[in-house]
Amino acid sequence: MRLKAIAATVLVAGLGVGIAIAAEDGTHDARAALMKKIGGATGAMAAMAKGEKPFDAEVVKASLTTISETAKVFPDQFKPGTEKGDKAASPKIWEDPADFKARAMKLSEDAGKILATPPTDVATLGAAMKTLGANCGGCHEKFRIKTD
Amino acid sequence: MVRRFVRFLLCLVGVAVIGGGVFYFITAPNPLPESHWANLGAPDLKNGEMVFWTGGCVSCHAAPGSEGDAKLTLSGGLALKSPFGTFHVPNISPDEQAGIGTWTLADFGNAMKRGVAKNGEHLYPSFPYNSYARMSDKDINDLFGYLKTLPKSVNVAPPHELPFPFNIRLALGGWKFLYFNDEPRVALAANVDDQVKRGQYLVEGAGHCGECHTPRDQLGGFEAGKWLAGAPNPEGEGRIPDITPGSKAVGSWSQEDIANYLETGFTPDFDSAGGSMAEVQRNLAHAPKPELEAIAAYLKAVPNR
Repeated sequence: MRLKAIAATVLVAGLGVGIAIAAEDGTHDARAALMKKIGGATGAMAAMAKGEKPFDAEVVKASLTTISETAKVFPDQFKPGTEKGDKAASPKIWEDPADFKARAMKLSEDAGKILATPPTDVATLGAAMKTLGANCGGCHEKFRIKTD
Repeated sequence: MVRRFVRFLLCLVGVAVIGGGVFYFITAPNPLPESHWANLGAPDLKNGEMVFWTGGCVSCHAAPGSEGDAKLTLSGGLALKSPFGTFHVPNISPDEQAGIGTWTLADFGNAMKRGVAKNGEHLYPSFPYNSYARMSDKDINDLFGYLKTLPKSVNVAPPHELPFPFNIRLALGGWKFLYFNDEPRVALAANVDDQVKRGQYLVEGAGHCGECHTPRDQLGGFEAGKWLAGAPNPEGEGRIPDITPGSKAVGSWSQEDIANYLETGFTPDFDSAGGSMAEVQRNLAHAPKPELEAIAAYLKAVPNR
């Protein structure tokens, strides 16, 4: 049972990495692929927190690892010279790169800290998700443009 | 010959005076009478606080850059750029000199429901009274009571920076003649349930969602037949999405998905609200879940655009 869960998570993570590697660095597709990985990991944990799926500590750890590692490398997709071509990336990213990077690092570090003493049940998982989730809105508010 | 010409001129002048008088009469500020606001009783501050959050007052009236509890000091000062110039949001803290500390309920209610200031002038519709006009007198009474409990601020915002002819307040009477009403924005089926009706009250009134989500014409009025159909972002880049039931942004979402998004900021695939919507969602998250479910029910019921 656990082996299946681990295998499934690794497969999904691998797919995500595959997509990320396939898209060229610094493009909308590469950036979006990384964010979708974070979204997928968040979703896996949310399903357990909401009681839609049974609590599985291994999936939780894999998700937290994904978030921690992906957030850490996310700013690398926004090096100088990549300002154009992505309508969803606000110019503010290159006007205030310190804040942009700090927010990505904070998400990464928050996930890492939780991983050090991982949640053991639905209640602790819910609390962990609140901590992580608090990071999303602030960065999106400032640095992401809604295209349609 | 000259006499007939002079008589003709006098007739023209007469017509112009009468026409001007009629125009002035139609477009004059139209506050509700004092008696309208007289017997609403003691405000329910708990409800007032909920109205405060669904109304999104902090988004414009809090000091720019403030966070957390500091947002409750409604000192104004935010600069709102628009195609008509830059509006400077006023101080609506209970301060007697700089804020609305001397305002009566009638003053406040007339600003909210008729777009008329304490001094009798028209207010610019950058203050969304064109939506707030749909709020109940009770909610306005409760909201006013709650606002008076918030901290005072001595900040004085600068006057609006509007080029001619937008700096002529009198002309707002014409704008109101064309665009201001408190009718329902959409005609819903006669047998819609109470949840949808509540959602309509919240979205079309205090929520003032249409002010961003509905496209506008050259004079800044809502384009007819395009309610909530999406618009360019008034604050700069990108789009404000179409949130009618068949839209690309939310068409595939269930009513539950919409309510959860308003509560948590997370979309069904765990993307997260951004841009101006991030703050709107944070404000709405203060409301009880049934209110968010009502908003979601209404959004599923509005005509597809």
